[in-house]
Amino acid sequence: MSVDFAVDRQAWRHLADAQVNVELDTGDMILNLGPQHPATHGTLRLVVRLDGERVVSADPVIGYMHRGYEKLTEFRTYPQVTTLINRIDWLSSFANEVPFMHGAELLMGIEAPPRAQYIRNILTELSRIATFLLFLGEMGLQVGALTPPFYGFRDREHVLNLIEAATGGRFHPNFNRIGGLKDDLPWGWVNECRNTMKVVFDACNTLEELVAENEIFQGRTRSIGIIPQEVGAGYGVSGSNLRASGVDWDLRRDGKPYLVYPDLDFKVWTHPDGDSYSRYWVRLQETREAARMVVQMLDRIPSGPIMAKVPRIIKVPEGEVWVETENPLGQMAYYVISKGATGPFRVKIRSASFSNVSILPWLLRGVYVPDVITILGSLYFILGDIDR
Amino acid sequence: MIELAVNVGWGTILAIKTIVVLAIIPLGAIILGYVFLLKMMAHMQSRLGPMDPGGFHGWFQLIGDGIKFIQKEDVMPAKSDRRIFAIAPAVVVISTFLVFLVLPTGPDLVVSDLDVGVFYALAVSSLSVVGVLMAGWASANKFALLGALRAAAQLIAYELPLLLAVVGVVVMAGTMSLQGIVEQQQNGAIFGWDGIGNPFVFAQIIGCVLFLVAAQAELTQTPFDMPVAESELVAGYMVEYTGFRFLFFFIGEFGTAFAFAGLAATLFLGGWAIPHVTDPGWSNVLGPIVLLTKVMLVAFLMFWVRFTYPRLREDQLQAVAWKFLIPIGLANILITGALKVAF
Repeated sequence: MSVDFAVDRQAWRHLADAQVNVELDTGDMILNLGPQHPATHGTLRLVVRLDGERVVSADPVIGYMHRGYEKLTEFRTYPQVTTLINRIDWLSSFANEVPFMHGAELLMGIEAPPRAQYIRNILTELSRIATFLLFLGEMGLQVGALTPPFYGFRDREHVLNLIEAATGGRFHPNFNRIGGLKDDLPWGWVNECRNTMKVVFDACNTLEELVAENEIFQGRTRSIGIIPQEVGAGYGVSGSNLRASGVDWDLRRDGKPYLVYPDLDFKVWTHPDGDSYSRYWVRLQETREAARMVVQMLDRIPSGPIMAKVPRIIKVPEGEVWVETENPLGQMAYYVISKGATGPFRVKIRSASFSNVSILPWLLRGVYVPDVITILGSLYFILGDIDR
Repeated sequence: MIELAVNVGWGTILAIKTIVVLAIIPLGAIILGYVFLLKMMAHMQSRLGPMDPGGFHGWFQLIGDGIKFIQKEDVMPAKSDRRIFAIAPAVVVISTFLVFLVLPTGPDLVVSDLDVGVFYALAVSSLSVVGVLMAGWASANKFALLGALRAAAQLIAYELPLLLAVVGVVVMAGTMSLQGIVEQQQNGAIFGWDGIGNPFVFAQIIGCVLFLVAAQAELTQTPFDMPVAESELVAGYMVEYTGFRFLFFFIGEFGTAFAFAGLAATLFLGGWAIPHVTDPGWSNVLGPIVLLTKVMLVAFLMFWVRFTYPRLREDQLQAVAWKFLIPIGLANILITGALKVAF
């Protein structure tokens, strides 16, 4: 008897709860953000299920820009591969070339001469500055300010001019050769670079005042899109996105030494919050740090040859190598398997944006539609880097 | 000038008035679009494009834009509600058109000097929300629908602070007629000194700021441009419109900016009035020029903010209106009323 009563009461309570929590079923709306949408930097598609303006679930659909670079590399010789991998992350294409060339050189057992290493390093940091200046401006646009992106583009132009003067290409330099570089720096480039770094510092100050210190910007980005350390690391988020969550990890300092980073004196910036604002802040500081590193390298750059001795026809001995570097967007790695031919047998590309975007379904749950855009913007992915 | 108007008969006067008001919307839109959107923005953002066409200072850019809009194909989405889709831009422009009916540009240069001028202006200006909702719903597009709903919520929320800001002026002037408000400012004195009359911007500085903020929201300009947020909703309720219909929205947007700048200039800066010029003939000639100068001043402020600030989120936007602007507006009315009684 008493058991029945208890069961009954339980049943009644359930019924009461059900009546108290009655909600009107408003029905979810499915919104296709992309593939053609100004905030998705190209062709990312987000299938967002909306309850009013709140996101119930978000599924990224990728692959609209898949170009099959991993397969294509198997039909190219080593020097030809740079043309392809340039186009993975098209904003910082020089930084994409470096790890692959470094891997091939490791397999061949040669090393680029110090001057070539320095020039490579300077150009890598310059492409980092160019990428981040674009981000710092464009993030303003994601929040609705019209002016910052133009400042970002304008000042990035100076850096692109430098890259063009040195390599001949603004976006796709194709400047690395196995064992060194195609050319030496042109006359007067070092001084010009010094002047441009002043422009970069000015640009950072301007954008900090105009964007980062703006109350509305802070209101829109602070405590929005928080990535906790463990979750971020679990999804394989890397680079500035992870450092903004307080993880003190930078492959330039903590990874296997490459280029001349071990000789440089630089600080790895982190931010404890892990929200959209901290991602902006960390990139702002890293832009300044990169400019400082360039100035350091310009002071120390040695003279000498820019090419090591390499055979006329490059054949890489059998073996495999894993090279990872800190690209502007995060951890970039190549796994190269060579069977002793003129081209690689297999190349696996670990690109940063692919992993960074994988956190989106987790991160976008329960946020408002406008915040979807700021979060997408603050994660800063390049579609070529996702789809390869 | 009064003689002239009386002699030509009411039919001709009506025709002249209609033509002038019909012309003033595109004209205002062109002036604001050219001076602020093309030139000021190009200077502020170091844009090269708008400074190039035509040689001197890019004068050809606006004409080129106009030609581009006219020659575009008029696309209508397959699932759209065709009739409503076609009418919506006109509804938006008509609401702007109606505001200009009561805006005085001189002692006699006003289409209709209503006793409830301010009330009427604010009422018809909020008609545009109907057009916006029509456009968003008829487009059969989710982005457009989201934009239209945001616009409706926002325009309703900001109608209140706008009204409360104006009530302060009405209390001070003791009339709701725009002509009467201008005359009050012309003949008034600041603590006995009547050098520049008594523009209400000094006594009603809180109301003036409130009005400008709320007007910015009514115009859906940054930092309140959620309905047309180009980085998330692409263009909100305008997303399916092309060519000439889009041009209508464009003219409506800048025409409304012109109208609100005109209202602000009339309510707070003294309108067409020139202190110590009491001759109606001279006032009729100089009035429009004086008013245009003040309109440009107000519009400069509006567009300066528009090109500088980022955008608020929907909930923050509502919070600003309900928790911040409306209490201030109420307090302003209270203080104004108390001071009016005291002095």
